[in-house]
Amino acid sequence: MPLIIADNIHKDYQVGDVVVHALQGVGFEIEPASFVSFVGPSGSGKTTLLNLIGCLDKPTAGTLTVAATDIARLDRKESAAFRGSHLGFIFQDFNLLPVLTVYENIEYPLLMVQNVPPAERKERIGKLLTAVGMADQQDKYPDQISGGQKQRVAIARALVTHPELVLADEPTANLDSQTAYAVINLMKRMRDELATTFIFSTHDQKIVGEAEVIFRLEDGSIVAKEMKGGASHE
Amino acid sequence: MNNLFKIAVRNLLRYKRRTLLTASLITIGVVFVLVFTSVTGSFKAMMIGQITDSMLGHLQVHRKGYVASIDNLPLNLNIKPQAYQKLTEALKAAPEIAAFSPRLKFGGMFSNFTETTNIRLNGVYPDREFQTVPLLTSRISAGKKTLSRGEIMIPTLLAKGLKVKVGDAVVVVATNVDGSVNGKQFVVSGILESATGPGGRDGYLHIEDAAEVLRMPAAEISEVAVRLKDFSRLPDVVRHLGGRLAGEVNKEGRPIFEVHAWEQLSPFFNIAQMIDVMTFFIKIMLIAIVLISIMNVMIMAVYERIREIGTIAAIGTLPGKILSMFVIEGFCLGVLGAIIGDIIGSAIVLIINVIGIRFDFAQQKGLLLTATLDPMDLLVISTIVIIVAVLASLQPAFKASRMEPIAALRHV
Repeated sequence: MPLIIADNIHKDYQVGDVVVHALQGVGFEIEPASFVSFVGPSGSGKTTLLNLIGCLDKPTAGTLTVAATDIARLDRKESAAFRGSHLGFIFQDFNLLPVLTVYENIEYPLLMVQNVPPAERKERIGKLLTAVGMADQQDKYPDQISGGQKQRVAIARALVTHPELVLADEPTANLDSQTAYAVINLMKRMRDELATTFIFSTHDQKIVGEAEVIFRLEDGSIVAKEMKGGASHE
Repeated sequence: MNNLFKIAVRNLLRYKRRTLLTASLITIGVVFVLVFTSVTGSFKAMMIGQITDSMLGHLQVHRKGYVASIDNLPLNLNIKPQAYQKLTEALKAAPEIAAFSPRLKFGGMFSNFTETTNIRLNGVYPDREFQTVPLLTSRISAGKKTLSRGEIMIPTLLAKGLKVKVGDAVVVVATNVDGSVNGKQFVVSGILESATGPGGRDGYLHIEDAAEVLRMPAAEISEVAVRLKDFSRLPDVVRHLGGRLAGEVNKEGRPIFEVHAWEQLSPFFNIAQMIDVMTFFIKIMLIAIVLISIMNVMIMAVYERIREIGTIAAIGTLPGKILSMFVIEGFCLGVLGAIIGDIIGSAIVLIINVIGIRFDFAQQKGLLLTATLDPMDLLVISTIVIIVAVLASLQPAFKASRMEPIAALRHV
């Protein structure tokens, strides 16, 4: 069963007196453990679509089912709980909490969202710190590490709750190309190891090539879907 | 909860200067209130102590109607011996009463044989009077601290005015209840410093001498001053004693006695009330300082951290937890300001006591201000500050918790 089913989704925004049609009849399905990219120019609707999938916003029309949940039916508190238990987020600007160390940033969702016991927290964080190559930096604060390292921490934070789906909005936009590839490869490796679905948006054509499923968006509609081979997870 | 505190404290430390400034504001407010409360409270307590322990007693019992004419010292409104007997029984039966002293008060003429002036006198049983108003002896600036028959203690202003010294012979002349005049010679045994309030410039003589001057076969009683074992129980005792004495009625069925606490007899009570009102307004000012400063800093904190709020909301932090995060920040600021304020305030009170500040009040000179800090005041003021700090954080915290993650994440 697909992890995400989008059926004829519309999203309109009121900007002053003007109604902006950000998404117009978008429909797609995404299977579990996919490595998916939404590609398109600025204003094509990538971020809007990611926000809807991420349960941060609601469609104006159409149905969107994520992890067997119709997200349009969730209220504010249920949405937060759903995000906390099913989703992980990676942001363009990393969005690490500046008052927490690398370790504490990764620990945050386990502690403040999921209430995971200390021993399990320690085990999960230790594994992820090693996996993203940040074990030796765990006591540093975000302002003491580089952009690439921040994004690796953000990936670990997104994965530490064992989400079914990780959403990354322009995760490499603030990184140089070498670091961007490293981050994408890390995401792919994490997908292979944890069978987590990754969806990211980008307009960087070099990075796009790393995705296995590509949805091309233009003016709020999906104009193409490209498949580049299956996932290598077991 | 520990993690919420950890994050709150770190966020406060993140903006050290602002946190310090806000905590300083709260500290200044707390120090000001503590020192003001301590100094005025001590002044009030000292003055009340002076008034009750050197003149009035904690409460007084009069014949009904006497207090309304107290300035005239009306002899026809004295308590008769039979009624006094009943009153004595009631007072002795009250376990809260430590001592009581009957007084026969009258106005008369005082003469040193060359000059004459008017005087207000209290006829008392000296031992009982000294037990009931123990600070009376401390007002004796010259002479012995006892009073025997044939002796009189006079106020210092009178002694100075008439150039009378301890050991001098003087004459007291008074009109008694039937209108005739009588006089008696006394020896001055002591000079009394004036005290603030009614009776502060009265003289004292033995009650049997007073009865003799007034030609009373048995001493009638103008008032009975009462001292309690525990001053804080005054309202209860006045109520209970008043209730008990209400049962004592005259032939017309009207109550014979009336009970008055010191507040109803001394104008200083109005000053004491004014001090309380001022203290109340000072506390209101403190609340305003804490409210405005915390609210201001928390609004800034929310505004500056909108993207962080968006992030934690996006990754699933429930609105209630976001609210708690900011409320705890306000709470920590309040606690910080209150603790530092308590420490500095206590230190200032200590310094005031070490320095030894003296002041004059009415006729009393060189009173030593002994500021005391009631632990309950510390607790109440700190609690007010912390509660107000939490309340002031609620609005910004609520705003943060209601923020749409998507809008917060877009914030630049």
